[in-house]
Amino acid sequence: MSLNLKRNIERPDDFYQELIDMQRDMEEDQVQVMNAKLILILSNHIGDHKTLSEAMSLAKS
Amino acid sequence: MLNTYTWPEYPYVQSDDQKNGTVKRKPVIVIGAGLIGLSAALDCARLGIPVIILDDNNTVSIGSRAVCYAKRPLEIWDRLGIADKMVEKGISWNVGKVFFKEDLAYEFDLLPEKGHKMPAMINLQQYYCEEFLVDEVMKHSDLIDLRWKHKLISLTQHDDHTSLQVETPDGIFTMECDWMIACDGANSMVRDMVKADFTGQFFQDRFLIADVVMKADFPTERWFWFDPTFHKNQSALLHKQSDDVWRLDFQMGWDADPKEATKPENVIPLIKAMLGNDTEFELEWVSIYQFACRRIDNFRYGRILFAGDAAHQVSPFGARGANTGIQDIDNLTWKLKMVMDGDAPIEFMDSYDEERAFAADDNLLNSTRSTDFITPKSKSSRIFRDAVLELSKKYEFARPLVNSGRLSMPTPYVNSSLNTADEDGFEAGVAPGTNCADAPIIADGAEGWLLNKLSDDFTVLVFGDAPDKSEIKLGNIRAQVITVGAQIEDKAGLLTQRYDAEDGAVYLIRPDHHVAARWRKFDEGKIIAALARATGQK
Repeated sequence: MSLNLKRNIERPDDFYQELIDMQRDMEEDQVQVMNAKLILILSNHIGDHKTLSEAMSLAKS
Repeated sequence: MLNTYTWPEYPYVQSDDQKNGTVKRKPVIVIGAGLIGLSAALDCARLGIPVIILDDNNTVSIGSRAVCYAKRPLEIWDRLGIADKMVEKGISWNVGKVFFKEDLAYEFDLLPEKGHKMPAMINLQQYYCEEFLVDEVMKHSDLIDLRWKHKLISLTQHDDHTSLQVETPDGIFTMECDWMIACDGANSMVRDMVKADFTGQFFQDRFLIADVVMKADFPTERWFWFDPTFHKNQSALLHKQSDDVWRLDFQMGWDADPKEATKPENVIPLIKAMLGNDTEFELEWVSIYQFACRRIDNFRYGRILFAGDAAHQVSPFGARGANTGIQDIDNLTWKLKMVMDGDAPIEFMDSYDEERAFAADDNLLNSTRSTDFITPKSKSSRIFRDAVLELSKKYEFARPLVNSGRLSMPTPYVNSSLNTADEDGFEAGVAPGTNCADAPIIADGAEGWLLNKLSDDFTVLVFGDAPDKSEIKLGNIRAQVITVGAQIEDKAGLLTQRYDAEDGAVYLIRPDHHVAARWRKFDEGKIIAALARATGQK
């Protein structure tokens, strides 16, 4: 598996709070739009097709 | 009624067969005188096969229908002697613009690679293409008998032939043929008559096509709108054709009433909203359609071969209908000729199904993907689609995800049983199963093009030391040897580059200009083995 499932996020509490705070006052539809954009932006950053495939399957399971 | 085009009416002529009531078996009968059937007949004639075309009508395509023609079909038509006419009459374009809501999201340039005889893409109304094809067919009346107002009403398949009941204004009569090529379109009668399966995906959506004449100075570009303000929650397309005719395409949704939607009083406001109130135009032709992505379960039913829409139907996004149909013919005819001449076993025709079903599946995949992007099927896919479009305005990375149709490209037959796998190292070049890239050459002191120089039989294209043979033979099958530096010169270095031939290369090229095998060095034994493989000899 090429997907990194070890700890990799710097300052995990800060990251998580930022994500939740950002969506706190948003409507449900806006949240979905933001999440979609976020997935696309991060997917492009990763780029590697195998890694993306594994991540999608993992998320669905 | 069109302002820019007058349909020719071709005369019905009673055939001697019907007049005399005798049944004389024909080598090949083509059903349908559309783009594909006419091309099939011309390609048969090019190889010396006498052919009869039956068509139940007596004119060319009503409405512009297929509009974009890609390089590969143009190359095939060039062999049939009509591509220059089409390119001259057609509109060349390279720039496309994608709009999302009220904004331009981004634009692209196809940037066609230089050094090919044919352009990447032209736009031309289908009726012009068909008319040019009919004109060319008339020049070959020694081999092609084009019979209008001949409707196939039933057929019976036998081991070595097919017998047909055909209806004309003079009544019903019987014909027989060794081989039939069914090019009778998406609603193929022949397909029903052999009880073939034709399955796939239907899309619950309707599209309105309108051809308008206008002199407005819109640029010669392809404009595609997602969710435009003038047509909320739908898509729209604007594309130029010949004679100042523009193709407009509006997504209408599944609930649209086809009868109401095509009424001028409903179409004209839609067009005005798109073009602006001040733009003058005349409506030429309106049609509404829904589409399916599906293919026949087998391209060969005994001695009946299916081609074009009769064999596969795709969504219009990407111009994959006519373009792939012409390539069916390119694949079919040389194989049929070999079988008819007894140079290949009848089972060789199964490779037509193998290779073209593979290509059809590739087209269906591309066409389905475009459709899913243009008309998202769920709330979540709509959100992703809109997110891609929104991001594409600012960020280059999102643009490759935007799918308003992937323009037709030939599908390489990468897994074909006719290929001989590479054994020598090739970094690039033209891999087995792929159509040959064109390149500028000099032959007999004149500038020309590689594809025009390749043989109608097989070709052995040699880069490096010229062998002491001018042809290789396997039984009656011939491969003409062409050496770069002897019979032809590489005019601009592109030939060597495109064939990865700096260190020498030998390509075995099929009669349909697809690579069968390649090596670094000339080895007659290997060429003959590959020739046998490429022609189904066992």
